[in-house]
Amino acid sequence: MALEIVNACIGCHACEPLCPNRAITAVMKSGQPLFAIDANKCTECLGDHELPQCAEICPIEGAIVDEYGEPLNPPGSLTGIPFALFEQIREAECHR
Amino acid sequence: MELPVISNAAIPNSGCRSGATADRGALAHLPDHIRVRVQDHPCYSEEAHHYFARMHVAVAPACNIQCNYCNRKYDCSNESRPGVVSELLTPEQAVKKTLAVAAAIPQMTVLGIAGPGDPLANPERTFATFRMLSAQAPDIRLCVSTNGLSLPDAVEELARHNIDHVTITINCVDPEIGARIYPWIFWNKRRIRGVEGARILIEQQQKGLEMLAARGMLVKVNSVMIPGVNDEHLQDVSKIVKAKGAFLHNVMPLIAQASHGTYYGLTGQREPTQFELQALQDVCAGDMAMMRHCRQCRADAVGLLGEDRGEEFTLDKIDAMEIDYGAAMAERARVREAITAELEMKRALKAVPKFEEAATREETTTRNLRVAVATKGGGLVNEHFGHAREFLIYEAGPGECRFLGHRKCTPYCMGDESCGDGETVLGQIIAALEGVEVVLASKIGFEPWNGLESAGIRPNGEHAMEPIEEAIRMVYDEMAAAGKLDTVVVDTVARAA
Repeated sequence: MALEIVNACIGCHACEPLCPNRAITAVMKSGQPLFAIDANKCTECLGDHELPQCAEICPIEGAIVDEYGEPLNPPGSLTGIPFALFEQIREAECHR
Repeated sequence: MELPVISNAAIPNSGCRSGATADRGALAHLPDHIRVRVQDHPCYSEEAHHYFARMHVAVAPACNIQCNYCNRKYDCSNESRPGVVSELLTPEQAVKKTLAVAAAIPQMTVLGIAGPGDPLANPERTFATFRMLSAQAPDIRLCVSTNGLSLPDAVEELARHNIDHVTITINCVDPEIGARIYPWIFWNKRRIRGVEGARILIEQQQKGLEMLAARGMLVKVNSVMIPGVNDEHLQDVSKIVKAKGAFLHNVMPLIAQASHGTYYGLTGQREPTQFELQALQDVCAGDMAMMRHCRQCRADAVGLLGEDRGEEFTLDKIDAMEIDYGAAMAERARVREAITAELEMKRALKAVPKFEEAATREETTTRNLRVAVATKGGGLVNEHFGHAREFLIYEAGPGECRFLGHRKCTPYCMGDESCGDGETVLGQIIAALEGVEVVLASKIGFEPWNGLESAGIRPNGEHAMEPIEEAIRMVYDEMAAAGKLDTVVVDTVARAA
């Protein structure tokens, strides 16, 4: 069992220092950190914390998923933004 | 009505001034050595912000709370609001950038860490930056802003690094209201939602404020005005934070556009109007020194308030610069001394009482006048109308003149040869100048001149390169003498009060 950080991650570094197993690391890719969880080290915080710390602090819905690909913070669960408005969010994404 | 502004707090009043009075200046309650710490800080002193520059370094990406006006995903280079940055820096890169900027812009007095997350939720990165900077550029003041959640734990270390100023964003003191602003906080190894999360956050903020004040550190409180959520409540906030030792309150307008992807933006929470903001600032000013010149900078802003020269100092550009750090520090000292001397001279000039003028003015019953000024700094009317990205709004009365705030706009002329969208843009500028009767700029083109006139705003280019307050005084006196201010059409002061 291990958690995974997917593309939605914005690289905010919040999870990295919280991991009791130091399983979270970042590689730099075109100036942006790309975070990943080492599946061999991740215990989902079992035995250390009641709840997986990376998912508890992560501000981005859908950025951390379990072994079945299910997001620990599903859409709407952190921002409270209603589903009906999600299309608008995608339209508003900043394309630099 | 007295509206203290910190910049010239202890100066005896006469003529046109920024609203302070001798006996009730905003910082009059502070000892001299603290007032000195503030008067060259652009973010604290209305007067200083025309002369001194600041920069933020974006070393703190992590946050420990969610605010409904923030969207952590956004990172646009063309957006200007708090929490937005283009380039995240390591502490080493941040120090390099700070030294490069301080060499290129000798007016730079202040380095702040403000995000893009919460600086104190990234204590290692934040304090590593402060530690290196206080060793390598001891003349630069260090500031930090925080949501307050981790503040009590950080006070000790902040004091150790000789941090001059701390800004805490306090939007409420009532957890029920807080629950409508903060959906969750991260606390004691878990995400805590709703009223309980807000309650903990508020407790930590208040505790942190008390601890800083007890140590004699300068604390400014920022509040975001959210209509229908905390707008009325902020009057109580202002009283409470003052009682606990904050020396300045900065009530800022909510920024909420659907395109920003924030909860408030998407759910249609409206922003306050300029009038509503000023009215609230005026009410709070009865109890607390208010800041009115805040530009709600990005967390990587560089330069004078209202300008952003961040593009000139990207990491690759800094790498190419050759810098003599020792010479740069000496140049900063020289520039700072020159500006300080200039400001002292101006204060001394203002302090000379003009008895005759005051006597004649008292007999007249002229009304107040709102004036918009185009400036690029230095306290002068020195920006072309067409190039202005913002206008400073002043309200002049028979005996005084006070700074009300700034209004942002798209420049009428974007600098290229054609001003194609000129007409629409002018309409927007005129709308932004609601309530203003005179516009002062160093130069105003023919077309916008006519547009302004037909909108009932007098364009005036006669005071180019003159000090702002003197220019306003002359315009006011001229209009008063011509009888144009006799009739009380709209008593703006009474309305604001």
